[in-house]
Amino acid sequence: MSVETTAKEKKQKKSRMQMPEQPPQVRARNFLEVPTGYTPEMAREEASRCLQCKNPGCVEGCPVGVDIPGFIKLIHEGEFTQSIRHIWTMNSLPAVCGRVCPQEIQCEGKCILAKKGEPVAIGNLERFAADWERAHGTGALPPKAAASGKKVAVVGAGPAGLTVAGDLIQKGHDVTVFEAFHKPGGVLLYGIPEFRLPKEIVAQEVNFLERLGVKVECNAVVGRTVTLDELFAQGFQAIFLGVGAGLPKFMNIPGENLVGILSANEYLTRANLMKAYLFPKVDTPIPRGKEVVVLGGGNVAMDSARTALRLGADRVRLVYRRSREEMPARAAEAHHAEEEGIEFFLLTNPVRYLGNEKGRLTGMECIKMELGEPDASGRRRPVAVKGSEFKIDCDLCIVAVGTGANPLLTSSTPDLKLNKWGYIDTDPKTGKTRKKGVWAGGDIVTGSATVILAMGAGRGAANSIHDYLNYGW
Amino acid sequence: MFKIVKREEMSQGTVVLNEIEAPLIARKAKPGQFVILKANDTGERIPLTMAYTDADKGIIAVIYQVVGKSTALFKTLKVGEGYQDVIGPLGKPTHVEKLGKVVCVGGGTGVAVLHPITRAMKEAGNRVTAIIGARTKELLILEGFMKSASHELHVCTDDGSYGRHGFVTHALKDILDKEKIDLVVAIGPVPMMKFVSKLTKEYNVPTLVSLNPIMVDGTGMCGGCRVSVGGKNQFACVDGPEFDGHQVDFDELMMRLQAYCEEEKMCHNEFCMLEEAWHKK
Ligand SMILES: Cc1cc2nc3c(=O)[nH]c(=O)nc-3n(C[C@H](O)[C@H](O)[C@H](O)COP(=O)(O)OP(=O)(O)OC[C@H]3O[C@@H](n4cnc5c(N)ncnc54)[C@H](O)[C@@H]3O)c2cc1C
Ligand SMILES: Cc1cc2nc3c(=O)[nH]c(=O)nc-3n(C[C@H](O)[C@H](O)[C@H](O)COP(=O)(O)OP(=O)(O)OC[C@H]3O[C@@H](n4cnc5c(N)ncnc54)[C@H](O)[C@@H]3O)c2cc1C
Ligand code: SF4
Ligand code: SF4
Ligand code: FES
Repeated sequence: MSVETTAKEKKQKKSRMQMPEQPPQVRARNFLEVPTGYTPEMAREEASRCLQCKNPGCVEGCPVGVDIPGFIKLIHEGEFTQSIRHIWTMNSLPAVCGRVCPQEIQCEGKCILAKKGEPVAIGNLERFAADWERAHGTGALPPKAAASGKKVAVVGAGPAGLTVAGDLIQKGHDVTVFEAFHKPGGVLLYGIPEFRLPKEIVAQEVNFLERLGVKVECNAVVGRTVTLDELFAQGFQAIFLGVGAGLPKFMNIPGENLVGILSANEYLTRANLMKAYLFPKVDTPIPRGKEVVVLGGGNVAMDSARTALRLGADRVRLVYRRSREEMPARAAEAHHAEEEGIEFFLLTNPVRYLGNEKGRLTGMECIKMELGEPDASGRRRPVAVKGSEFKIDCDLCIVAVGTGANPLLTSSTPDLKLNKWGYIDTDPKTGKTRKKGVWAGGDIVTGSATVILAMGAGRGAANSIHDYLNYGW
Repeated sequence: MFKIVKREEMSQGTVVLNEIEAPLIARKAKPGQFVILKANDTGERIPLTMAYTDADKGIIAVIYQVVGKSTALFKTLKVGEGYQDVIGPLGKPTHVEKLGKVVCVGGGTGVAVLHPITRAMKEAGNRVTAIIGARTKELLILEGFMKSASHELHVCTDDGSYGRHGFVTHALKDILDKEKIDLVVAIGPVPMMKFVSKLTKEYNVPTLVSLNPIMVDGTGMCGGCRVSVGGKNQFACVDGPEFDGHQVDFDELMMRLQAYCEEEKMCHNEFCMLEEAWHKK
């Protein structure tokens, strides 16, 4: 096949290689991953669509600047191992990012082909390279700098903390990660469901870091089990805080404490971290609703709705106060959710919950919304339509209307400076906090964002920590 | 693994004490704080208050009532075996200060939780009267401990098989009628804490209770432990577990504790059947 010599126009006409998926009716009842991955032939075919632009828009769209044409060229040439090595220089978690990045507004959104039709499937290709390496790679470790004798503590084993740990261990420092949960991974483990990100991948990424020499201490609630000042006293010279934004928000409407109303954090933690979908083979229960309502329109809402379906719900409705265009979820997730039969109740807001004499949820009253003037975020503000109240029946409601900063650590460390929302104030370039020797990054600085932004923040902080350990604050 | 170094059964085997090696937690724990324990890979995360700790030996002690699948599983753990995960210390410590006269009221396994607080109140210079109760004599725990932790101890049983016949609230009422009390601490089954709080409200005596809602993470991340206190939502694992008893919505708490009733029965039955089958082997 002489793909290289094919004219540019021809390439543009080739349609994007779809990744095979489990059919909606089947996958809506199991926890296996939805897209099953490219074969090497499919990957090379898709890679052949890339125009190898001189000034590639895609790279600008990627928050960590992965050399996209570079790694795609290597896939096209069948050099899969070289390709993954190339990605690793900029992104240490490609198997994760290929699956969960909102590509449509990042790399793929800026791909030249997106203007005319379908962008190159950059996320799928990144995932392919990483999966191929996991299945066929040698597992050889990257080179490590000579030991510096300097100790670094990383608090929180989410994408931000894991990135810092990976970067600094390779620079020769002695790194220990402290994680509050009994397993590392952060949202990748307790939040994002198995059918979107198999937990084996997360475990393997952590194992890779451990093989490099990173120590992972679970069950360590920093601020309670040990404080930052005690870590300094134990000889750690720098500390990175990547504790995420895990405080669940509720709607604060009447009836919210009825049995059958859970935060998405609780619901997903039970399902993912505690594997409660296997109950009673595991000991942690999870409520199995028949008529489920999920409040919200982001990834967290989609994940909750699709989990409820897989746990046997007859009907799952997603109630969101703005319209489809404003939904913050990844396009692929909203699309998958709809295909699986999740019903979207858009421009709708709950007013109060209804319960029975046993204190169990039986339904909720909602009100119709319409979009008014744009608000501070530039999005049109939803306003209630008077007199449009209506009732829906439900026996389980998952609240996925956002999260805030968890004050557990920050309140035990008064010399960290916080902004008015409780997030840690840092220097945007370096991730330095106002406390000497302490850096922060990821959701605890920005509020809930994305995996790749948390990793980007981790990379920046790791570089700054390395400079500090060599040259001082 | 967090090794069990000492194990004792009380209350006819319905209550078990474990001393567990957990030096980091022992060093930091204060009265009123709890830990979360997980026995093995498939285990549930279960909150238990520390009954006492020894920082020098690096141990913490928990005393738990066997009520369901997870606590039944805990009961099977022997000395030398242990818990896969122990997390803590969690929750706010009890605010201990010299107030004057303090009455500490405990029911059932609540006595285990009450005991370190009682001791701390005494050590802070308060005159401490303790009242402990159980359904019947055999179920009473930690009488000796409570005696030494307080200045004066009253014991009640619901059936009159030991001590005073009747509920702890009766004994408390007598004291409230006699003298001015500065603080009541009540820890036990939710109905007991509810009725103690109702009583002390009539006498206008500040009252602390320790709540035990269902928890998952214990770090403020899931909101499963939310309770209504003074009409406001509080997360018991980080804002508590101790609250002003006069402000707590106990009825709501009781309903929320029933959330997994069906599932718990299923899980526990299955476990008991497995146990039985195993013993027959
Ligand atoms: C359900 C869900 C779906 C999502 N889907 C996507 C998606 O598709 N694409 C995407 O890009 N992003 C998605 N996100 C967002 C993304 O996961 C987060 O932005 C990202 O994980 C933030 O990383 P982090 O490292 O800052 O924090 P986290 O991943 O939150 O990790 C923080 C870690 O710190 C630990 N910790 C907290 N406090 C302490 C303490 N005191 N001591 C020790 N450890 C502590 C926590 O237990 C946790 O493990 C999703 C989020 C959720 C909840
Ligand atoms: C902060 C805190 C401190 C506690 N300290 C002690 C203690 O020192 N000694 C002691 O005996 N018990 C204590 N408890 C209660 C103990 O956690 C529960 O009895 C235990 O979780 C029951 O688990 P199970 O699987 O054996 O029973 P299950 O079969 O799960 O349930 C049996 C009963 O316990 C209730 N329950 C279930 N899960 C929980 C949970 N996570 N928390 C509270 N209740 C639950 C159920 O509603 C049911 O009524 C404490 C609870 C909290 C929140
Ligand atoms: S890391 Fe994310 S944004 Fe960057 S190339 Fe990969 S999928 Fe695209
Ligand atoms: S913009 Fe699109 S076509 Fe151009 S290099 Fe990037 S992926 Fe290839
Ligand atoms: S137990 Fe999860 S917030 Fe309290």
